[in-house]
Amino acid sequence: MTTPFGRRVSAVLSRRLVGRYVVLGIGEEAAVAEPGQFYMLAAVAGWGGGVDERPYLPRAVSVLYARDGEVGFLLEDVGPGTHRLCGLGVGEDVYLVGPLGQGFTPPPPGIEAILVGGGVGIPPLAMFQDRCGGQALLGFRTSEHAEAASLFAAPELATDDGSAGHQGHVTDLLDDLLETRQDIVVFACGPPAMLQAVQSRVARHQVPAQLALEAPMACGYGACFGCVVDTVAGYKRVCVDGPVFDAAVLV
Amino acid sequence: MIEFCGIELEHQVINASGCFDVLAARQVFGEALVERFPFAAYVSKTVTLAARAGNPPPRLWESAGGMINSIGLPNPGVEVYLAHHVGEYARLGVPLITNVMGSSAGEFAELVERVAEREEVAAIELNVSCPNVATGLDIGADPRGLRDLLAVVRPLTRKPLIVKLTPNTADVAACAAAAEAGGADAVSLINTLRAMSLAPGGHGRPWLGGRTGGLSGPAIRAIALAQVASVAARVAVPVVGMGGVSSGADAAELLEVGARLVAVGSESFRDPAAGSRVAAELAAHFAENAA
Repeated sequence: MTTPFGRRVSAVLSRRLVGRYVVLGIGEEAAVAEPGQFYMLAAVAGWGGGVDERPYLPRAVSVLYARDGEVGFLLEDVGPGTHRLCGLGVGEDVYLVGPLGQGFTPPPPGIEAILVGGGVGIPPLAMFQDRCGGQALLGFRTSEHAEAASLFAAPELATDDGSAGHQGHVTDLLDDLLETRQDIVVFACGPPAMLQAVQSRVARHQVPAQLALEAPMACGYGACFGCVVDTVAGYKRVCVDGPVFDAAVLV
Repeated sequence: MIEFCGIELEHQVINASGCFDVLAARQVFGEALVERFPFAAYVSKTVTLAARAGNPPPRLWESAGGMINSIGLPNPGVEVYLAHHVGEYARLGVPLITNVMGSSAGEFAELVERVAEREEVAAIELNVSCPNVATGLDIGADPRGLRDLLAVVRPLTRKPLIVKLTPNTADVAACAAAAEAGGADAVSLINTLRAMSLAPGGHGRPWLGGRTGGLSGPAIRAIALAQVASVAARVAVPVVGMGGVSSGADAAELLEVGARLVAVGSESFRDPAAGSRVAAELAAHFAENAA
């Protein structure tokens, strides 16, 4: 499956708030993305020209869902690019390049998927669970952020402040599970510290894991070599060699 | 058709070296990339004698109206390039310009000799934005360094030699004149401007793994216009103008001050087909002005 060449213009079809996040649905005729894949997004209007002439580059955003002529994204307003994307209303135009990258590989029959997600990193896991099932373990800062757990079926929750679910890290929930289970594959996406914690735990328990990484990107299609991550085989581009990597190859 | 150093080109828009990876783009976009290749010629990423891993991440910083990169010229080295890449690039159906970089005249000479053997290569671009291992100075920042380099590599090939000038110098027109005097068939400019960004909350610690990087994008377009104008006024050889071009109007300005071709760099990161769009806008611009 190849990606359409060039950036396309499409309109925002839906927008809703989920806790502290915005879910944007954007028109996409052939919405064929796989869990773990992403798009490069930029608003057609008001992209650049602000106080400090940012944003300039498009933003890499994981796919939350792809169905019925619409592709969905979960966004958090954390900088000039996501601020502009979060502020988009229905009918406004967006530049799209995608779907891009290598997504998750489903587990073999009889092996349960354990989905470990943190904060705004949960979209690939929600999409994965929707298609392939699996037990979700989710970590958020607060109960308000944790409202995004509604995107999952029967998730277990942890929050930093204890306002919802277990007080502590999502990896505490993973620890409990790893004590008793070996017939699992871990799929994880979240902040770097969470992914590192997952990586060291699965290595200790000799459980396979696929980690979806995030990296600032200029292009998203392998042109700029800006998004590399260190692996046992040298630097690899997160955009075309990932964003999903086997935990065992990451240095 | 546009003539450039004896090469026939479909239009006046090519890519800036390092800003388009055909092998990756083919995997992502498939045959559509070849069928609708955006550029009138393909300029390869910089090739060096030995393989380079590139700089440690982070490699990117978005700045006001542009970006700073410290990619560090990752490439598999000239052997792999000749064995595996040249054939792929030849399939694009546009002339191939191979960009090479050495850290001494001897390294450049070896690269030029190796690359010039291949008939698929239409022209060779010399990336002189590299410190000379002997002096520590950028080879291309000094007219004498350029003259010495051309004296060594010019006799090695009859293929067109394009010198990619660095903007990080006191007098870019003097550098262009030295390249021309040394027998360069064309000059291209501007390369990125040396720039720096700090890690947020890092108390002066550089953000980029390479400490400094190169600034590109609309932020540098006015500088590119000034440097291209000064170079085009000074030399008779054709000039490839680049720096912050994101539209046909931007490209037209570089042509108006004397460039023969225009290269698109960072804009391809925002739109993989930007080259086609800029070329189409340029054609519309000329049609409008002719009417």
